[in-house]
Amino acid sequence: MSEKELQVREKEPLATQAEHTRPGPVFSPPVDIFETDDSITVLADMPGVRPGGVDIDLRDDVLTITGGVEKTASEKERVLLQEYETGRFERKFNVSDRIDQGNITASMSEGVLRLVLPKAEKARPRKIEVRSS
Amino acid sequence: MAALIRWMPGAFAAPRSAFAEMARLRREMDRLLESGFRERPFAPEAGVFPPLNLSEDDAAVYVRAELPGVSVDDLELYTHDDKLIIKGERRIAAEPGNVNYHRREREAGTFQRILSLPVHVSSEGISAAFTDGVLTIKLAKAPEAKPRKISVTSA
Repeated sequence: MSEKELQVREKEPLATQAEHTRPGPVFSPPVDIFETDDSITVLADMPGVRPGGVDIDLRDDVLTITGGVEKTASEKERVLLQEYETGRFERKFNVSDRIDQGNITASMSEGVLRLVLPKAEKARPRKIEVRSS
Repeated sequence: MAALIRWMPGAFAAPRSAFAEMARLRREMDRLLESGFRERPFAPEAGVFPPLNLSEDDAAVYVRAELPGVSVDDLELYTHDDKLIIKGERRIAAEPGNVNYHRREREAGTFQRILSLPVHVSSEGISAAFTDGVLTIKLAKAPEAKPRKISVTSA
Protein backbone atom coordinates (compact mmCIF):
# COMPACT_ATOMS: atom_id res chain seq x y z
CA MET A 1 0.00 0.00 0.00
CA SER A 2 1.59 3.27 -1.02
CA GLU A 3 0.98 6.47 0.88
CA LYS A 4 3.01 8.53 -1.50
CA GLU A 5 1.21 11.26 -3.39
CA LEU A 6 1.76 11.48 -7.07
CA GLN A 7 3.45 14.64 -8.30
CA VAL A 8 2.91 16.24 -11.63
CA ARG A 9 5.65 15.54 -14.09
CA GLU A 10 5.57 17.31 -17.38
CA LYS A 11 5.69 15.20 -20.45
CA GLU A 12 9.15 14.79 -21.81
CA PRO A 13 9.40 16.03 -25.37
CA LEU A 14 11.44 13.84 -27.61
CA ALA A 15 14.98 15.09 -28.08
CA THR A 16 16.05 13.89 -31.43
CA GLN A 17 18.52 14.67 -34.14
CA ALA A 18 16.14 13.88 -36.96
CA GLU A 19 13.32 16.26 -37.76
CA HIS A 20 9.78 14.99 -37.63
CA THR A 21 7.96 14.81 -40.91
CA ARG A 22 4.49 14.50 -39.40
CA PRO A 23 3.05 17.50 -37.59
CA GLY A 24 2.37 17.54 -33.89
CA PRO A 25 4.35 17.25 -30.69
CA VAL A 26 6.17 14.03 -29.89
CA PHE A 27 6.83 12.89 -26.35
CA SER A 28 9.12 10.32 -24.85
CA PRO A 29 7.08 8.03 -22.58
CA PRO A 30 8.37 7.14 -19.11
CA VAL A 31 9.47 3.51 -18.98
CA ASP A 32 10.33 0.83 -16.50
CA ILE A 33 12.80 -1.75 -17.71
CA PHE A 34 13.54 -4.88 -15.79
CA GLU A 35 15.33 -8.13 -16.44
CA THR A 36 14.61 -11.66 -15.37
CA ASP A 37 16.47 -14.85 -16.17
CA ASP A 38 14.50 -15.33 -19.35
CA SER A 39 13.68 -11.93 -20.69
CA ILE A 40 13.85 -8.18 -20.54
CA THR A 41 10.55 -6.36 -20.14
CA VAL A 42 9.79 -2.75 -21.03
CA LEU A 43 6.71 -1.06 -19.58
CA ALA A 44 5.81 2.31 -21.11
CA ASP A 45 3.07 4.74 -20.08
CA MET A 46 1.33 5.91 -23.23
CA PRO A 47 -2.13 7.18 -22.28
CA GLY A 48 -4.58 7.70 -25.10
CA VAL A 49 -2.93 5.11 -27.33
CA ARG A 50 -5.16 2.24 -28.39
CA PRO A 51 -3.65 -1.22 -28.85
CA GLY A 52 -3.93 -0.75 -32.61
CA GLY A 53 -2.10 2.55 -32.40
CA VAL A 54 1.21 1.09 -31.24
CA ASP A 55 3.96 0.50 -33.75
CA ILE A 56 7.03 -1.49 -32.82
CA ASP A 57 9.89 -1.48 -35.23
CA LEU A 58 13.09 -3.44 -34.90
CA ARG A 59 15.92 -2.99 -37.34
CA ASP A 60 19.67 -2.70 -37.07
CA ASP A 61 19.45 -3.62 -33.39
CA VAL A 62 17.37 -0.52 -32.63
CA LEU A 63 13.90 -1.01 -31.19
CA THR A 64 11.55 1.90 -31.85
CA ILE A 65 8.25 2.15 -30.00
CA THR A 66 5.72 4.59 -31.44
CA GLY A 67 2.25 5.28 -30.09
CA GLY A 68 -0.28 7.42 -31.92
CA VAL A 69 -3.14 9.24 -30.19
CA GLU A 70 -6.38 10.37 -31.72
CA LYS A 71 -7.93 13.73 -31.13
CA THR A 72 -10.58 13.28 -28.47
CA ALA A 73 -12.03 16.76 -28.39
CA SER A 74 -14.50 17.65 -31.10
CA GLU A 75 -13.97 20.78 -33.14
CA LYS A 76 -16.84 22.60 -31.50
CA GLU A 77 -15.24 22.55 -28.08
CA ARG A 78 -13.62 25.69 -26.72
CA VAL A 79 -10.57 25.24 -24.53
CA LEU A 80 -10.92 26.63 -21.00
CA LEU A 81 -7.81 25.20 -19.39
CA GLN A 82 -4.98 23.17 -20.82
CA GLU A 83 -2.53 21.72 -18.35
CA TYR A 84 -1.09 19.03 -20.55
CA GLU A 85 -0.41 18.57 -24.22
CA THR A 86 -1.36 15.57 -26.23
CA GLY A 87 0.81 14.14 -28.92
CA ARG A 88 2.27 10.92 -30.08
CA PHE A 89 4.90 8.98 -28.19
CA GLU A 90 8.21 7.66 -29.39
CA ARG A 91 11.23 6.09 -27.80
CA LYS A 92 14.16 4.10 -29.12
CA PHE A 93 16.27 1.45 -27.44
CA ASN A 94 19.39 -0.38 -28.42
CA VAL A 95 18.75 -4.09 -28.51
CA SER A 96 21.75 -6.35 -28.41
CA ASP A 97 22.07 -9.80 -29.87
CA ARG A 98 21.35 -11.14 -26.42
CA ILE A 99 17.71 -10.79 -27.41
CA ASP A 100 15.81 -13.35 -29.43
CA GLN A 101 14.58 -10.70 -31.82
CA GLY A 102 12.08 -12.92 -33.57
CA ASN A 103 10.02 -13.59 -30.45
CA ILE A 104 9.33 -10.18 -29.02
CA THR A 105 5.75 -9.83 -27.75
CA ALA A 106 3.77 -6.72 -26.94
CA SER A 107 0.49 -6.02 -25.21
CA MET A 108 -1.30 -2.81 -24.40
CA SER A 109 -3.81 -2.13 -21.67
CA GLU A 110 -5.06 1.01 -19.85
CA GLY A 111 -2.55 3.07 -21.74
CA VAL A 112 0.43 0.99 -20.63
CA LEU A 113 2.51 -0.97 -23.11
CA ARG A 114 4.22 -4.16 -21.98
CA LEU A 115 6.97 -5.32 -24.27
CA VAL A 116 8.69 -8.61 -23.50
CA LEU A 117 12.03 -9.30 -25.15
CA PRO A 118 13.06 -12.90 -24.56
CA LYS A 119 16.72 -13.53 -24.15
CA ALA A 120 18.48 -15.62 -26.71
CA GLU A 121 19.31 -19.11 -25.54
CA LYS A 122 22.98 -18.41 -25.11
CA ALA A 123 22.24 -15.44 -22.86
CA ARG A 124 20.10 -17.29 -20.35
CA PRO A 125 21.81 -18.36 -17.17
CA ARG A 126 22.16 -22.06 -17.36
CA LYS A 127 22.44 -24.37 -14.45
CA ILE A 128 25.06 -26.99 -15.03
CA GLU A 129 24.61 -30.19 -13.23
CA VAL A 130 27.60 -31.81 -11.70
CA ARG A 131 27.39 -35.51 -11.65
CA SER A 132 29.60 -37.66 -9.60
CA SER A 133 31.33 -40.17 -11.83
CA MET B 1 37.15 41.44 -25.58
CA ALA B 2 35.21 38.62 -23.98
CA ALA B 3 35.67 39.63 -20.36
CA LEU B 4 32.59 40.67 -18.42
CA ILE B 5 32.27 44.39 -18.23
CA ARG B 6 30.05 45.81 -15.56
CA TRP B 7 27.20 47.60 -17.18
CA MET B 8 26.61 50.89 -15.46
CA PRO B 9 23.57 52.76 -16.58
CA GLY B 10 24.38 56.27 -17.52
CA ALA B 11 28.06 55.59 -17.65
CA PHE B 12 29.94 57.85 -19.95
CA ALA B 13 30.82 56.17 -23.12
CA ALA B 14 31.36 57.07 -26.68
CA PRO B 15 28.20 56.36 -28.69
CA ARG B 16 29.77 53.47 -30.53
CA SER B 17 30.69 51.48 -27.43
CA ALA B 18 27.27 52.19 -25.87
CA PHE B 19 25.59 50.51 -28.78
CA ALA B 20 28.03 47.66 -28.57
CA GLU B 21 27.15 47.33 -24.91
CA MET B 22 23.43 47.13 -25.73
CA ALA B 23 24.07 44.59 -28.43
CA ARG B 24 26.06 42.47 -26.05
CA LEU B 25 23.34 42.68 -23.45
CA ARG B 26 20.72 41.70 -25.97
CA ARG B 27 22.77 38.69 -27.02
CA GLU B 28 23.13 37.63 -23.39
CA MET B 29 19.37 37.90 -22.87
CA ASP B 30 18.66 35.88 -26.00
CA ARG B 31 20.94 33.15 -24.78
CA LEU B 32 19.34 33.16 -21.38
CA LEU B 33 15.84 32.98 -22.77
CA GLU B 34 16.75 30.19 -25.12
CA SER B 35 18.29 27.99 -22.48
CA GLY B 36 16.18 28.71 -19.44
CA PHE B 37 12.74 29.35 -20.81
CA ARG B 38 11.06 26.39 -22.41
CA GLU B 39 8.42 27.24 -24.91
CA ARG B 40 5.69 25.49 -23.04
CA PRO B 41 2.82 27.89 -22.62
CA PHE B 42 0.70 25.40 -20.75
CA ALA B 43 3.13 24.34 -18.03
CA PRO B 44 1.24 23.54 -14.84
CA GLU B 45 2.15 25.90 -12.05
CA ALA B 46 1.68 24.44 -8.59
CA GLY B 47 1.11 21.10 -10.23
CA VAL B 48 -1.47 18.98 -8.48
CA PHE B 49 -1.76 15.58 -10.06
CA PRO B 50 -3.42 14.88 -12.44
CA PRO B 51 -3.03 17.69 -14.97
CA LEU B 52 -6.40 18.47 -16.52
CA ASN B 53 -7.67 19.81 -19.78
CA LEU B 54 -11.00 21.59 -19.66
CA SER B 55 -13.14 22.54 -22.58
CA GLU B 56 -16.75 23.42 -23.19
CA ASP B 57 -19.37 23.68 -25.83
CA ASP B 58 -22.86 25.11 -25.50
CA ALA B 59 -24.26 22.08 -23.77
CA ALA B 60 -21.54 20.74 -21.50
CA VAL B 61 -18.14 21.07 -19.88
CA TYR B 62 -15.54 18.39 -20.62
CA VAL B 63 -12.72 17.43 -18.28
CA ARG B 64 -9.93 15.15 -19.44
CA ALA B 65 -7.05 13.61 -17.52
CA GLU B 66 -4.33 11.14 -18.41
CA LEU B 67 -4.19 8.33 -15.86
CA PRO B 68 -2.26 5.48 -17.46
CA GLY B 69 -2.13 2.28 -15.47
CA VAL B 70 -4.89 3.33 -13.07
CA SER B 71 -7.55 0.72 -12.66
CA VAL B 72 -11.18 1.77 -12.71
CA ASP B 73 -11.55 0.29 -9.23
CA ASP B 74 -8.95 2.69 -7.90
CA LEU B 75 -10.62 5.79 -9.30
CA GLU B 76 -13.26 7.86 -7.52
CA LEU B 77 -15.19 10.81 -8.90
CA TYR B 78 -17.47 13.14 -7.00
CA THR B 79 -19.22 16.39 -7.68
CA HIS B 80 -20.27 18.75 -4.96
CA ASP B 81 -21.46 22.33 -5.33
CA ASP B 82 -19.99 22.86 -8.80
CA LYS B 83 -16.71 21.32 -7.73
CA LEU B 84 -15.35 18.17 -9.27
CA ILE B 85 -13.25 15.83 -7.15
CA ILE B 86 -10.98 13.26 -8.75
CA LYS B 87 -9.14 10.92 -6.48
CA GLY B 88 -7.52 7.57 -6.68
CA GLU B 89 -4.37 5.56 -6.69
CA ARG B 90 -1.98 4.37 -9.34
CA ARG B 91 -0.47 1.07 -8.46
CA ILE B 92 2.44 -0.65 -10.09
CA ALA B 93 2.22 -4.39 -9.59
CA ALA B 94 5.26 -6.18 -8.31
CA GLU B 95 6.66 -8.43 -10.99
CA PRO B 96 6.90 -12.11 -10.15
CA GLY B 97 10.16 -13.90 -9.78
CA ASN B 98 13.69 -12.70 -9.57
CA VAL B 99 13.64 -9.25 -11.09
CA ASN B 100 16.39 -6.72 -11.72
CA TYR B 101 15.33 -3.18 -12.62
CA HIS B 102 17.47 -1.26 -15.09
CA ARG B 103 15.19 1.75 -15.20
CA ARG B 104 12.30 3.02 -13.12
CA GLU B 105 10.74 6.15 -14.49
CA ARG B 106 7.08 5.46 -13.81
CA GLU B 107 5.67 6.42 -10.46
CA ALA B 108 2.97 4.95 -8.28
CA GLY B 109 1.03 6.78 -5.62
CA THR B 110 -2.21 8.42 -4.59
CA PHE B 111 -3.77 11.54 -6.04
CA GLN B 112 -6.61 13.88 -5.28
CA ARG B 113 -7.63 16.95 -7.19
CA ILE B 114 -10.49 19.34 -6.55
CA LEU B 115 -11.50 21.44 -9.50
CA SER B 116 -13.91 24.36 -9.34
CA LEU B 117 -16.04 24.27 -12.43
CA PRO B 118 -16.51 27.49 -14.32
CA VAL B 119 -20.24 27.05 -14.75
CA HIS B 120 -23.16 25.51 -12.92
CA VAL B 121 -23.62 21.92 -13.91
CA SER B 122 -26.69 19.80 -13.58
CA SER B 123 -26.22 16.90 -11.21
CA GLU B 124 -28.05 14.49 -13.49
CA GLY B 125 -26.12 15.08 -16.66
CA ILE B 126 -22.70 13.77 -15.65
CA SER B 127 -21.01 10.88 -17.36
CA ALA B 128 -17.45 9.62 -17.30
CA ALA B 129 -15.55 7.26 -19.54
CA PHE B 130 -12.12 5.82 -18.98
CA THR B 131 -10.38 4.24 -21.96
CA ASP B 132 -6.72 3.60 -22.69
CA GLY B 133 -5.74 5.45 -19.56
CA VAL B 134 -7.59 8.66 -20.46
CA LEU B 135 -10.48 9.80 -18.27
CA THR B 136 -13.11 11.93 -20.00
CA ILE B 137 -15.83 13.48 -17.88
CA LYS B 138 -18.79 15.20 -19.46
CA LEU B 139 -20.80 17.52 -17.25
CA ALA B 140 -24.00 18.90 -18.73
CA LYS B 141 -24.46 22.56 -18.00
CA ALA B 142 -27.36 23.53 -15.81
CA PRO B 143 -30.20 25.02 -17.85
CA GLU B 144 -29.50 28.54 -16.62
CA ALA B 145 -25.86 28.21 -17.66
CA LYS B 146 -26.60 27.39 -21.26
CA PRO B 147 -26.54 30.27 -23.64
CA ARG B 148 -30.07 31.41 -24.39
CA LYS B 149 -30.96 32.85 -27.67
CA ILE B 150 -32.97 36.02 -27.32
CA SER B 151 -35.06 36.91 -30.31
CA VAL B 152 -35.17 40.52 -31.28
CA THR B 153 -38.38 41.93 -32.58
CA SER B 154 -38.31 45.04 -34.59
CA ALA B 155 -40.72 47.57 -33.24
